[in-house]
Amino acid sequence: MAGNAASLARKGETRFEHRSATRDPLIVRVLVLTVALGFFAIFLLLPLVVVFAEALRKGFETYWAALVDPDAQSAIRLTLLAAAIAVPLNLVFGVSAAWAIAKYQFRGKAFLTTLIDLPFSVSPVIAGLIYVLVFGAQGWFGPWLRENDIRVIFAVPGIVLATVFVTFPFIARELIPLMEQQGSEEEEAAIVLGASGWQTFWRVTLPNIKWGLLYGVILCNARAMGEFGAVSVVSGHVRGETNTMPLHVEILYNEYQFAAAFAVASLLALLALLTIALKSLVEWRSGRTQSREDAP
Amino acid sequence: MSIRVEGIFKQFGTFTALDDVTLDFPKGELVALLGPSGCGKTTLLRIIAGLETADRGRILFDGADASDRHVRERQVGFVFQHYALFRHMSVFENVAFGLRVKPRARRPSEAEIRRKVMELLDLVQLAWLADRSPAQLSGGQRQRIALARALAVEPQVLLLDEPFGALDAKVRKELRRWLRQLHDDLHITSIFVTHDQEEALELADRVVLMNRGQVEQLGSPREVYAEPASEFVFGFLGSANRIEGEVRNGRLAVPGTDIALPVAADGARQVTAYIRPHELAIARGEGDGIPATVRRVLELGPLARVEFVTSAGQGYEAEIPRSELAGLALQPGEAVRLVPRTLRLFPRDAA
Repeated sequence: MAGNAASLARKGETRFEHRSATRDPLIVRVLVLTVALGFFAIFLLLPLVVVFAEALRKGFETYWAALVDPDAQSAIRLTLLAAAIAVPLNLVFGVSAAWAIAKYQFRGKAFLTTLIDLPFSVSPVIAGLIYVLVFGAQGWFGPWLRENDIRVIFAVPGIVLATVFVTFPFIARELIPLMEQQGSEEEEAAIVLGASGWQTFWRVTLPNIKWGLLYGVILCNARAMGEFGAVSVVSGHVRGETNTMPLHVEILYNEYQFAAAFAVASLLALLALLTIALKSLVEWRSGRTQSREDAP
Repeated sequence: MSIRVEGIFKQFGTFTALDDVTLDFPKGELVALLGPSGCGKTTLLRIIAGLETADRGRILFDGADASDRHVRERQVGFVFQHYALFRHMSVFENVAFGLRVKPRARRPSEAEIRRKVMELLDLVQLAWLADRSPAQLSGGQRQRIALARALAVEPQVLLLDEPFGALDAKVRKELRRWLRQLHDDLHITSIFVTHDQEEALELADRVVLMNRGQVEQLGSPREVYAEPASEFVFGFLGSANRIEGEVRNGRLAVPGTDIALPVAADGARQVTAYIRPHELAIARGEGDGIPATVRRVLELGPLARVEFVTSAGQGYEAEIPRSELAGLALQPGEAVRLVPRTLRLFPRDAA
């Protein structure tokens, strides 16, 4: 896995660097490092620092006020709700899709694989528009939905739908190569030993994919909370009702409430940092178990 | 438990893996399914286990039709070529798996499981590895654990798919002897798949030779080696010199010459002759035999191997005892005659 490869690469690097035959001139090394670190500082680190600096510029009171504002609170709740529905749904979809693709042969398998990638290749705005066209007032199901008094577009269900669509590939994409590489011999061994399908899944398949699965869930969650484009199209920006955190940041910014906008943005930035920390932890853990398992 | 497969037919796409195979596996015997890769032997084993379904045909366990019985209820133990140990479980838990997944009513107590697992680990002589993870074991140890795991559910049949295929030569030989001993102690009806003729002949009570989805011959190791039923069997079991020629007036005409036949043959027909390397005598001077020149002399172990080539470009191989080689003192490039002590003729289609 990624972590394992990284640790191997690290060993190679040290050897590479210490050998005079493969060592580059000092000037080249300094230049390469400066370019890389400079780029990193300007494009990645600086924005992060700016978010927190701007958020706290008018003092902690203003920062706190922006966060406890009812509209902000509602946006946070909606974001959490959308993620709380989208992530478990995609967990189930992702595991079943990966299972089907990796362990079975069937017609249309290549098509299904391509379909899973669709949300990655389609612009999120288009994804949002599709839902408006299908469920909107003028859309295919529009009249029927209106008769039955169900609101999808410009309401919470639309936001959840858009989030599910956009985050669909994360878990499946993470699991498919992992499950394909592991093959199905262990599952076959379990069934021959008398295990039921359910026992085989819980005792053999799941423990083997748990790190990949967790990794997928973390990425999926990060995207679910941060999604802007698709959600923006279906939300309608009703304050206190259909605004998620990213949308709320945009509204505040457009209203020149910079400190408040950056305060909410800082929450998203914190989430991103937390995600990266978790991701590294998972990579480190899975890399460790992997290298233990690969040891002769 | 005795097993019978009846008229088994299996296709993968347009490839026919098994073409109407009928076989009996008597109770308590150790049978080898031997053949080149792609001959259908593994498919047959997986069909018996229930991991694959036949397109046509029946599987009978002790005379009862088991074709539709679920893998889980067939009471077979299966050993995979690449072990398929559960990588996240300790050796102990691997062996205990089959006991732990039993329905609650039939599941043994924790103490009983512990006793049983340790007993099996003792049987495969690896009790000291109980707490290790499979990754910490060598290939040979992994395969023995896989066997212990398969035996834990007290299978009526043991099926082994190229069990030693992924191991190096020395370990393979050790495990082979060990498995034979284990079978003599337990007497479980066992079928193992292999492409290694030496393994099949040394280990099995009976050998089933398969080729292109069909059974070529069935018999004891001695029978199939000494009396191969077909050209394929002769060629597959041990090395052989193959010559195409024609029987004429009791002699065999081969490119460039004709030689006396050591076996009786009448009429005139196109044949393929097979000669085992150890049945080829080397002679000097004038006389009957195939003229050839010595290309290479390989002295390995008790038997020396000598390679020859005829003027027509055909290669031959002879095996002679080292002592005899010393007497002959062959030099590369030297002209000699090759005289078959015996050979087997198989008719060849005129085409």
